[in-house]
Amino acid sequence: MDFQTILSLSLQSALGPTAVIYALAAIGLNVHFGYTGLLNFGQAGFMMVAGYALVSFPIVLGLSLWLGALAGLLLTVVLALLLGVPTLRLRADYLAIVTIAAAEIIRQSIGAATLSDTFGGQDGLTGFIEPFRALNPYTGSIGIPGLVTWSAFDFWVMTVGWVLVAISCVVIWLLMRSPWGRVLKSIREDEDAVRSLGKNVYSYKMQALMLGGLFGALAGFITALRSASIGPSFFATDVTFFAYTVLLIGGAARVLGPVAGSIIFWFLISGLGIFFAQATGGADPLIPASIMTSTQASLMRFIFLGLGLMLLMIFRPQGIFGDRRELAIDAR
Amino acid sequence: MPAEQTTAAAGDTPGNGSRADSTAAREALNQVDHRPGSAKPDPIVVADNVTRQFGGLTAVDVEHVEIQRGVITALIGPNGAGKTTFFNVLTGFDKPQSGTWSFNGRPLSGVPAYQVARMGMVRTFQLTKVLAKLHVVENMRLGATGQSGERFLSALLQRWGGQERQITDKADKLLERFLLDKKRNDFAGSLSGGQRKLLEMARALMADPELVMLDEPMAGVNPALKQSLLGHVKSLRDEGRTVLFVEHDMDMVRDISDWVIVMAQGTIVAEGPPDSVMANKSVIDAYLGSHHDQDLSEDVEEEIIAAAEAEIAGTTKTEERK
Ligand SMILES: Nc1ncnc2c1ncn2[C@@H]1O[C@H](COP(=O)(O)OP(=O)(O)OP(=O)(O)O)[C@@H](O)[C@H]1O
Ligand SMILES: [Mg+2]
Repeated sequence: MDFQTILSLSLQSALGPTAVIYALAAIGLNVHFGYTGLLNFGQAGFMMVAGYALVSFPIVLGLSLWLGALAGLLLTVVLALLLGVPTLRLRADYLAIVTIAAAEIIRQSIGAATLSDTFGGQDGLTGFIEPFRALNPYTGSIGIPGLVTWSAFDFWVMTVGWVLVAISCVVIWLLMRSPWGRVLKSIREDEDAVRSLGKNVYSYKMQALMLGGLFGALAGFITALRSASIGPSFFATDVTFFAYTVLLIGGAARVLGPVAGSIIFWFLISGLGIFFAQATGGADPLIPASIMTSTQASLMRFIFLGLGLMLLMIFRPQGIFGDRRELAIDAR
Repeated sequence: MPAEQTTAAAGDTPGNGSRADSTAAREALNQVDHRPGSAKPDPIVVADNVTRQFGGLTAVDVEHVEIQRGVITALIGPNGAGKTTFFNVLTGFDKPQSGTWSFNGRPLSGVPAYQVARMGMVRTFQLTKVLAKLHVVENMRLGATGQSGERFLSALLQRWGGQERQITDKADKLLERFLLDKKRNDFAGSLSGGQRKLLEMARALMADPELVMLDEPMAGVNPALKQSLLGHVKSLRDEGRTVLFVEHDMDMVRDISDWVIVMAQGTIVAEGPPDSVMANKSVIDAYLGSHHDQDLSEDVEEEIIAAAEAEIAGTTKTEERK
């Protein structure tokens, strides 16, 4: 058992590009669910639309990658409109159904064989990364030697990513302390009360859906940049559910909740994964094959994560940053 | 007039002009017929042929009704008479099957609830709708209209501090008036039922409404506070606002209303000043009951006690016989 390696790899993942992606996706869900009470189960769809727009601009249209980023942001706004117009006047569950379906429709369509000439089908697209790589100021491997290191490219993605996360958090902080944020939180509590006070609830829900979708778009960009490629399998439904898990761990309706949640989530997922891999691997494993083989062990991290989530919901249902007193109100 | 008041000035003592107005408005009611659907000299709300059915049940079927501006009108009637449903229709929270209704002469059919509120017609709910996870003062601040900080860009650029201070001042004044100032920084969800009623009423006033519609404002409020609330409602009228309220507490209705409208089974069955309506035979039969105007004075109390004692004595006797 090599705890040094476990710690090192867990840290690498907890601060690495993947954690950035889930932090951004969860910041978006925090706007939707945490602040406004909108159930968006299709965050992966927003990420995918933005990611593919980014990549398609250079690969399919022969235009600049940066223009692709702009197009990605615009398209997520359009997607939010398409999803919101029919559903936001209805009860909350309709948005949930429509978003989860839309995300799958987008994924199946982009990955479809008929469109494989354009979008590369299930294999996706590559070869767009050069303009981004060219800006990379780092060389070699970066980090704290002996504790945790990243490749220069990963570190460049992380730099851009964490800067985006920081900006996003500041934006959320500014917005949610303002009267605009107050309206969102009020909508979460009781739409009719907000209506009776002369606020256009529908318009605020639409703004929230768009804003949260835009953070999803940033997550989609980083997804494509991190792998220097993009494919339908990057945006499966579990992406959205992992992002919700991240949000719940950190605490909904808290500015830093998604960030802390993502770091903790990826630390635990990698740590548990490596621990069980080591415990069942090698010539004389800690856990003998009669109890658990290494294939079975690879699933153990999810079992433990589920267990952890249950314990969290029982003992700290408000998440790490949540406010216990707020939750006590629900009990009335 | 409230519509012209600036956000900051509201809640201040009203001028003498509006006070005279409200007396004039009340006197104008003297000329009005005491029959359902009678025309008022200066109506703020007019509704015609409004029907709302739930399946086979006709909850509201109002042929014609007018609400006089600048006075306090009470809407009374038995449980299930359709009072709340009529409120919902008027304020855009429910859509009737047919009918037209207007506020200040502007037709309101199809106008969404939030726009109705912006026009100056703000209502409270029978089942209170406080924003549980917001602090009491935040609930109040939400009520203010025309907040520039509620627009996305101004919010992001933080251009709302000055206005927020004005709003907070106003909120604090109202909270004090409704005896909620000690609860200012508590979650609204931690308030008691009566306190929620108070908060909701105070929050509605943050919007500076021209017409305040209160659905059972006194339900669950203790007697002492009720007295001071009655004073507040009257002062709303003196500020030049119009008040329409639903209430089952006949003392309150008698005490503060200038005009009473009685609904039963969806229709308006009687109208008039409180005394005349409460003397109306059909109203007494349908709603008030024959003992409605008797306080539990000593003789009545003695009568009841005597009757009860007789009954107890009777039962003991039967038991003894066994
Ligand atoms: N959403 C609804 N669906 C079906 N029926 C309804 C609905 N809302 C109200 N009703 C019916 O309409 C009628 C009028 O209800 P409403 O709530 O307007 O009465 P109310 O006069 O406010 O009574 P109360 O004094 O008890 O508050 C009742 O018979 C009620 O059952
Ligand atoms: Mg009612």
